[in-house]
Amino acid sequence: MTHDGSILTAADLAGNGAHGDDPDLRGKFGVFGGRYVPEALIPALDEVAKVYEQARTDVQFLREFDHLLRTYAGRPTTLTDVPRFSEQAGGARVVLKREDLTHTGAHKINNVIGQALLTKRLGKKRVIAETGAGQHGVATATAAALLGLECVIYMGAVDCERQALNVARMKLLGATVVPVHNGSKTLKDAINEAFRDWVTNVDTTHYLFGTVAGPHPFPEIVRDFARIIGVEARRQMLELTGRLPDAVCAAVGGGSNAIGIFHAFIGDEGVQLHGYEAGGHGLASGEHALTLTAGSVGVLHGARTYVLQDDEGQTIESHSISAGLDYPGVGPEHAWLKDSGRATYHGVTDDQAMAAFSLLARTEGIIPAIESSHALAGALELGRELGPEATILVNLSGRGDKDMGTAMKYFNL
Amino acid sequence: MTTLQTVFAKAKADNRAALVGYLPAGFPSKDGAIAAAAALVEAGCDVIEIGLPYSDPLMDGPTIQDAVHRSLTNGTRIADVMRTVEGVAATGAATLVMTYWNPIDRYGADRFARDLAAAGGVGTITPDLTPEEAGPWREASAAAGIDTVFLVAPSSTDERIQAVVECCTGFVYAASLMGVTGARESVNVAAGDLVKRTRAHTDLPVCVGLGVGTGAQAAEVAAYADGVIVGSAFIRRMLDAPDEQAGRVSIGELAREMAQGVRSRG
Repeated sequence: MTHDGSILTAADLAGNGAHGDDPDLRGKFGVFGGRYVPEALIPALDEVAKVYEQARTDVQFLREFDHLLRTYAGRPTTLTDVPRFSEQAGGARVVLKREDLTHTGAHKINNVIGQALLTKRLGKKRVIAETGAGQHGVATATAAALLGLECVIYMGAVDCERQALNVARMKLLGATVVPVHNGSKTLKDAINEAFRDWVTNVDTTHYLFGTVAGPHPFPEIVRDFARIIGVEARRQMLELTGRLPDAVCAAVGGGSNAIGIFHAFIGDEGVQLHGYEAGGHGLASGEHALTLTAGSVGVLHGARTYVLQDDEGQTIESHSISAGLDYPGVGPEHAWLKDSGRATYHGVTDDQAMAAFSLLARTEGIIPAIESSHALAGALELGRELGPEATILVNLSGRGDKDMGTAMKYFNL
Repeated sequence: MTTLQTVFAKAKADNRAALVGYLPAGFPSKDGAIAAAAALVEAGCDVIEIGLPYSDPLMDGPTIQDAVHRSLTNGTRIADVMRTVEGVAATGAATLVMTYWNPIDRYGADRFARDLAAAGGVGTITPDLTPEEAGPWREASAAAGIDTVFLVAPSSTDERIQAVVECCTGFVYAASLMGVTGARESVNVAAGDLVKRTRAHTDLPVCVGLGVGTGAQAAEVAAYADGVIVGSAFIRRMLDAPDEQAGRVSIGELAREMAQGVRSRG
């Protein structure tokens, strides 16, 4: 905490610019990012960028965001040492950043509160959002209820069926859930449909984008609102261990929880950054979401980034046991961190993730989200590599309550 | 080969607007798409846009999404798109490709422009390529001698309109409304204003698309635009027809109605 008791400063939100890590004026991180959208949306994106640019250094905005993060979302979240789990990680000290303890049960709440406040600043009264597993949808519906905004959530018809409980939660929170029946009926099609709504209703509506992907300025805005995870964790690691961790691990779908925890460490050269993508049934099976590990550079949902695509640029459907990582694109800043070598990305299969899921539950009494379990599986392997002297910080981005149906099926419970 | 310049000069000389028809390649079948476009040309379409089917058409409404999905399910590839262009250009209509950016990006901008020119195509419309990102495509197109058409929208500021028209050759595509493709009950009144604002920045022809579905609407738009673009209304008829043959007859009828419309300049 800062001396005045707040958990957030302008520098926390915006970074200090020392790493040159804001996108350029065209919204580019190196060659990645930018805007590949219908011209009709450009004025709205410009407006969001302009209003955000003012908000990110505005004391009143920061105070309001800080207040809600503390009194509503439950920040700061704690760090937890997990010694029994660490025994399986070659004895390396594994420390968890407990985003699973936030209100609504995942890191998504940070971004939605920030963007819901931004929506009010934009003078708009309606928010729309896409959701895969339903976590971002639930978080958006929550923030909309809190701030009195009309809320419409687009969700693939297949996902609606897989995540019926989250559909009920969103409805209970007052949101309208629209099942999307076109294309693969999953997250990418929900994003397409949300863009179609936005271009039609842009005068009244803010598209509350759920991850660090999409056209500029979304990758920057969502990163900044998620950045608090790493800012807190960095401070807390210094307090807990007296030094910075040797490595930071996070799961990567679109990449918001990973950027959230990575970003505060980018300038710390000695800290390795490891992202873990969903390997599904393995690379060879073709059923995976290994966008950075096995994809190629292209354009999807308004940004240049790594994409799962065929030789003619058609998007290939992704696969993962975790709906939150089941996305054939990834945030452009991750593409940039990969190509610059600052972060390293790996694949974790469904089976590896589920083994880590079960291990954390049995050794530490914490049931993680299956998304986060990919990072845990990565940490187990990394720990064996780095040895017992190493300290590894893992972003436990969400809790596993929502995954009980999947777990029951997988483990025959 | 008929160029866009010839088409618009001729339409102007006839004191009418040009009629532009859109159909995706590979729908209702690979050969069926060529035959359908030929039916449109025979009924009076001056320009044909061949859509390159893409897996994530975020600017398109349900009708075009449906047709594109069927086309991709039929296994349509870029080679098929080029063959379609070749077949349609042979009818004498100026033939463009309308495509999202990623397929060109992946295929290679220079290669795509060359192959399109070789197939007899006269240019492209790229709805998700903004002036900021258009540099490589403009260069490739200029080298291959094909036109580049970009979109302006009712939300565009004068500054944006200026930036977009600077990238356009052939004509400027004015999206009549804030929304996705698809026929509407009425054509947005904002379209007339947008055309007027666009003309203040360019001497290029300005064509209006989105939401035009009847001959009367075509006449209404023809009163202030250089061209009227129709897509979803044709595709709707083809989707509703019992077979390809009936679909061709049906879109031929609608195209004739539209061709009359662009000549009445309501």
